[in-house]
Amino acid sequence: MYEIMIKKLYRTFWFAILGELISGMYLTLKYMFKKPVTINYPFEKGPLSPRFRGEHALRRYASGEERCIACKLCEAVCPALAITIESEPRKDGSRRTTRYDIDMTKCIYCGLCEEACPVDAIVQGPNYEFAKETRPELLYDKEKLLENGDRWEAVLSKNLISDKKYR
Amino acid sequence: MLDIINYDAFLFLITIFAKILVLVIPLLIIVAFLTYAERKVIAAVQLRKGPNVVGPFGLLQPLADGLKLFSKESIFPTVANKFIFILAPMVAFGLSIAAWAVIPVADGWVISNINVGILYLFAISSLSVYGIIMAGWASNSKYAFMGALRSAAQMVSYEVSIGLVIVTVLVCVGSLNLGKIVYAQQNTWFIFPLFPMFIVFFISALAETNRAPFDLPEDESSLVGGYFTEYSSMLFAMFFLGEYAAMIMMSGMTTILFLGGWLAPFDIALLNKVPGIIWFAGKTSLILFLFLWVRATFPRFRYDQLMRIGWKVFLPLSLLWVVLTSGFLIVFDLLPGNV
Repeated sequence: MYEIMIKKLYRTFWFAILGELISGMYLTLKYMFKKPVTINYPFEKGPLSPRFRGEHALRRYASGEERCIACKLCEAVCPALAITIESEPRKDGSRRTTRYDIDMTKCIYCGLCEEACPVDAIVQGPNYEFAKETRPELLYDKEKLLENGDRWEAVLSKNLISDKKYR
Repeated sequence: MLDIINYDAFLFLITIFAKILVLVIPLLIIVAFLTYAERKVIAAVQLRKGPNVVGPFGLLQPLADGLKLFSKESIFPTVANKFIFILAPMVAFGLSIAAWAVIPVADGWVISNINVGILYLFAISSLSVYGIIMAGWASNSKYAFMGALRSAAQMVSYEVSIGLVIVTVLVCVGSLNLGKIVYAQQNTWFIFPLFPMFIVFFISALAETNRAPFDLPEDESSLVGGYFTEYSSMLFAMFFLGEYAAMIMMSGMTTILFLGGWLAPFDIALLNKVPGIIWFAGKTSLILFLFLWVRATFPRFRYDQLMRIGWKVFLPLSLLWVVLTSGFLIVFDLLPGNV
C-alpha cells in the first residue's frame, strides 16, 4: 500500500518535470556525439561476403576452354525463366552452347543457377554496379558473360575456394 | 519635380530602406543555412553525416537547393484559384519577414521601436495562418484543405496560451515595448522565475510555427504534403522560407521574453563588451537548436492529443500562472511602476 503510493508520487513527479520528454531528448543528445555510421558509397564500400550473388559470369578453364557443357540445368532450375540456352555438338565432339542468354531484368539473383551448375561455369560474382541506362543492355549474351568471367576470374575462383568446404 | 519632395522625408525613407535591407538579407541567408543546420542536426542524431558533398562540409547545399527550386517549373492545378494560389505563399513569407520590423537584435538596433511591439509581433504571428488557409483553400485539393483546417485550429488553440504567457511576462515588465521587456531582465532573466511559462511558451511556439512534433498541417503520412501539397518550385520555396523565418522569429521572441534579449548573461564588464547582437544571435540559435533537437527526438502528435494538450493543459496552466504571478506581484507590492 505504502509502496504503491510512493510509486504514484514518483510517477506524478516524473510527469511534472516532463521526465519522459527529457530522458528522450537526453538520449538523442548522446547519439548526436556518436560517430556516424555512414559509408561514403561511391568512394568507400562495405564488406562483401564471398557468397555474394551479384552479376553473373561464365568461367573458363585455365586452358582457355569454356567450362559450360550445355547441360541446361541452370535453365531448368531458373525460377524466373531468365536463362535461355541453345547447344550443338562442336567439331571436336564436345557439347557446347551456341547461345547462352541471361535476361538480367528477369533475374531475381537467387543463386540457383550457380548451385545447379556441375562444372562451376555459371557463377554470380561480387559485382553489383552494373546498372545501365537502357533495357537492351541488360539482356546479356554468351559473349558478355564470358567477358565478365575473364574480368572477375581472380575474385571468382578465390571465392569458390573459400566456400568449398561448405558446399 | 525633385524640389517638391521633402528632402528629410526622402532621407528618412532611404534610411528605413537601408535598415530593412541590412536586416532582411542576413535573415534570408540565416534561413537558408537553418535548413542546412536542421539536416545536419537530424543526421547527427540518426548517426548519419548529412549533406557533405556540395562545398566544404556541404555548406553550399542550401544554395544548390535554392537553385534547384528556382529552375523548376511552377505547376498550377487547373481547379485552383490562381490569384490566391500565388498570393498565399507571398502572404506566408511576407508576414514572417514583416514581424522582424520590431524585434530589437541589439540595444537600439530595431527598425521600428514601437510601444506596442509585443502586440504587433503577436498579431503578425497570428496573421500568418492566413497564408496557410489561403493556400489550402485556393489549391482546391482535399489534402491541402485538410492541412489548412488543421493549421487554423492548431494556431488558434495555441495562440491562446501564448497570449497568456505573454500577459504573464508583461505583468512583470509593465510595458509592451520589446526594448523595455529586455531591460526589465537586467537582474534576472524571466526564464528563472517563470520557468513553467517558458516551457509552455516554447511548446506553443512549436505548434505555432507548425514544427515537429506538431507539424500536423504538413503531415506527410496522412496528408501527402499538407497545405502545400499542390505547390512546386519558387512558390513552394517561399512557404519553406516563410516557415523557417517564422521559426527564427519565434526563437527571437522567446529570447526577448525569457532570455534577456541582447543582454549578457552576467552583468560583468568583460561580457558586456561583447556586442549585443552576438548575445542575441547566440541565444536565438540556442532556441533554434532546441527546435531541431525536438524535431529529431519526438514522433508526431495525434490530432486530438494536440487539441487536448492545447486546451486542457496549457490553457489552464498559463491562466493559473497569470493569476499567481499577478497575485504575487500585488501582495508583495512589486508591480512595475506607471502601469
